[in-house]
Amino acid sequence: MTTHSKGPGLLQANVGILKSHMGTFYPGSHVIFRGHDLHTELQDMDWVELYVFGITNRRFSKEQLRLMHSIWTYTSYPDVRLWNNRVAALAGSSRSTGNLGVSAALAVSEASIYGRGIDMRAIDFLIRTRQQLADGCLLTDCIKQELDAHRSIAGYGRPLVNGDERNQHILTLAHSLGLDQGPYLRLAMSVEQTLYSGRWRMKMNYAGVVAALVADLGFSPREYYLFLFPAFLAGMQPCYIEAADRPEGTLYPIPCIDVTYEGESHRPWKLKDNNDCHNTRS
Amino acid sequence: MTDKIKPHSIRTRIWREEPEADNPFVARAAYCHGYDVYGEMLGNARWVEMLYLLFRQEAPSSSQADMLETLAVALSNPGPRDASVHAAMCGGVCGSTAASSLMAALAVGAGQYTGAHEVFSAMQAWATCGTDVEAWRRQSTQTQETSGSIWPASEHFPGFDPHGVSTATTVKQTLACLAGHGCGEHLRWLQQNLSAMEEMAGSPLALSGVTAAALFDLGFTPDQGEMLYLLLRLPGAAAHALEQRPLGYKKFPFGTVELEDAATQEAV
Repeated sequence: MTTHSKGPGLLQANVGILKSHMGTFYPGSHVIFRGHDLHTELQDMDWVELYVFGITNRRFSKEQLRLMHSIWTYTSYPDVRLWNNRVAALAGSSRSTGNLGVSAALAVSEASIYGRGIDMRAIDFLIRTRQQLADGCLLTDCIKQELDAHRSIAGYGRPLVNGDERNQHILTLAHSLGLDQGPYLRLAMSVEQTLYSGRWRMKMNYAGVVAALVADLGFSPREYYLFLFPAFLAGMQPCYIEAADRPEGTLYPIPCIDVTYEGESHRPWKLKDNNDCHNTRS
Repeated sequence: MTDKIKPHSIRTRIWREEPEADNPFVARAAYCHGYDVYGEMLGNARWVEMLYLLFRQEAPSSSQADMLETLAVALSNPGPRDASVHAAMCGGVCGSTAASSLMAALAVGAGQYTGAHEVFSAMQAWATCGTDVEAWRRQSTQTQETSGSIWPASEHFPGFDPHGVSTATTVKQTLACLAGHGCGEHLRWLQQNLSAMEEMAGSPLALSGVTAAALFDLGFTPDQGEMLYLLLRLPGAAAHALEQRPLGYKKFPFGTVELEDAATQEAV
């Protein structure tokens, strides 16, 4: 497109016509999706197949797609207490729209202690560790390095409990599909064994299992991140619906006295009349 | 201990409410960091004073309030060419909800290029390098660790415009006005060392960089600065979204896409 690597020349070269290899639609005629006619070539794809094709530009076997479906299914919890689901439900209780509530709920699913934040760290850890082992490092050293750097290992341990009810189900399914023999899953199991038998006593959680299973399908971290976007989605709508069906404002009502105040006592408001900048950095 | 007594209690250092006698769910008084919001602040406090108080736990001096207000004016409208405002207009132009237009502006304006995470990174750099040009030079040569992050890697030094040629007049005006408030030393230092800093970054200073220095001088943390930058840029996004609504999509650029064949080959 242009030889400019940055600067107004690069911007100018991108004014006007948009170049794309992803696709476009021709109003009233047809749609191209990654080089294929959506309605005549891809029309029989199921939705997850199309979704991962859009992300990876790759086709997957029926077994692999079944696993991907179930990765989402097994982590769709209609529990209003979960922080992301609660956002959707509070939107329902506040009589906001379902789209706004669920969109915001998906956005907050990019958290640092669960969801996309942990997912990215989990797949990154597995990819790095596998490379380090190939370079001759010992697994225990890799684990210690990770713990020194982050004080935790993404994919192991859990905010509420140590152990994960989803793991046995997804592993059973992966086994039945012949998708449980990949190098990343073996590595993830070895890490769990080391962590659990050592002083850390941490078990692998769902983020660890899924990162390994999907890395074994050949996903890059970015592909994995984008693939997981709707992971919690199916649990959110029930939370919104139930809250919307209750009398308005009755989800998590909080009386004034149930807010524990730990701040300054009452003090009179008076604008400081000097011009000195207290609390500034110098 | 309090948690055991009240398992459903929210803990806060910011806000205290006293209930009405006839309804425990309605406040008869609300205190922000100890100040009576409706009894004393209302009519006496400026919006920026409340903003500062909420984040910093103390009321600002008049100079700090003036400086924050100056910054708020400078950031209030990034203009319709800005990607975050463009996103808000995409909501407005087709009649999407008000909240979705602002959510669009927040999402697009959150990133590493002209966005709030850039301000966050620039404030971290101020905390690390302070007023030491050599420290900034060392910082600029260090590889940023982005492995395992949800954020895409930054492709330029935060706070500087990778597509700029020289310091924009508006950026210089904002820097001069903010530095004139005399709060903190970093803005003045930046003004005095602008050439060295731009040489270090390989690009001219951007408004995000001025903002980072200003928020740092006002005592905000990078986390607080990221939030404030998101907040303070919303008014323009809202106004432009509303402006586009009656104009409709036919008067909003749609563009033309040309497909490139080379990259359509499926990966094996």
